[in-house]
Amino acid sequence: MGVLENKFQDNVVVASLDKLLGWARSTSPWYFQFGLACCAIEMMASAASRHDLERIGMMPRSSPRQADVMIVAGTVTMKMALRVKKLYEQMADPKYVISMGSCATSGGPYWQHGYHVLKGVDLVVPVDVYVPGCPPRPEALIEGLIKLQEKIQTERPLTRDLV
Amino acid sequence: MYRDFGTIFIFIFMGVVLVYLPLLIQKLVAPNNPNPDKLATYECGEESEGSAWVQFNIRFYVVALIFLIFDVEVVFLFPWAVVFNDLGILAFIEMAIFLVILLIGLAYVWKRSDLDWVKYNVKYGRGRYANLFEKPNTVEDLK
Repeated sequence: MGVLENKFQDNVVVASLDKLLGWARSTSPWYFQFGLACCAIEMMASAASRHDLERIGMMPRSSPRQADVMIVAGTVTMKMALRVKKLYEQMADPKYVISMGSCATSGGPYWQHGYHVLKGVDLVVPVDVYVPGCPPRPEALIEGLIKLQEKIQTERPLTRDLV
Repeated sequence: MYRDFGTIFIFIFMGVVLVYLPLLIQKLVAPNNPNPDKLATYECGEESEGSAWVQFNIRFYVVALIFLIFDVEVVFLFPWAVVFNDLGILAFIEMAIFLVILLIGLAYVWKRSDLDWVKYNVKYGRGRYANLFEKPNTVEDLK
């Protein structure tokens, strides 16, 4: 835990600082390229000039150390699941995960007979936003990212939990 | 005069502040949840094996130096060749001198057999194989 994190009673000053932190965190969530299958092509298309993720502050990073969001784009095999878990652990806090496409969400077409496919990446890492589709169009991914930004914005990093 | 030193002092002060203030802010604000997995070396999700300190063949050093020299040569040659028509005879002579200097270097490393991986001109110590490369091996040598 950080020095100031979850240390304060809720009041006007803390709420404003929370809003500021939420704004800072939500407007530049750099994402970790985690292209595992055909969803990665749509993720690349989202980052390219036509859809241009940088206009909502998202920038692809190749190292988990520099990334805030992990977009799990594609089929997570059992072999890859260990790596997904390790790479998620290696990301710096605060960290978020987007499960892109039906493979990452539930196993997709491999949900019944795919002996080698993890039935949902949420079995190994906590997922914030699920983006449906096979593969989802860039518009769908962008909507998921905007949902994630809204979620980050509503977080209260400094406020002490009441429960 | 002292006012000038004051300006320098302000520059130094602001330089120090602009480095340490963001570090202080991130120390206060950023979450810090270290665990063994996070502190491990990043190797594309794989478990890292062995040490990063590996031994390297010393002969690559000479190869790298030679590469660097001729790399720089090409860097100079390309812009010269592009505007060759506009520069005239003086630039041609200058470039020729430059090339001759590098060619002397090439002759030097060639003579020292630095271009070969196995240096035939260098004596490998003493003993039975010391003179192995001085003359061609013939049937008489082997007797």
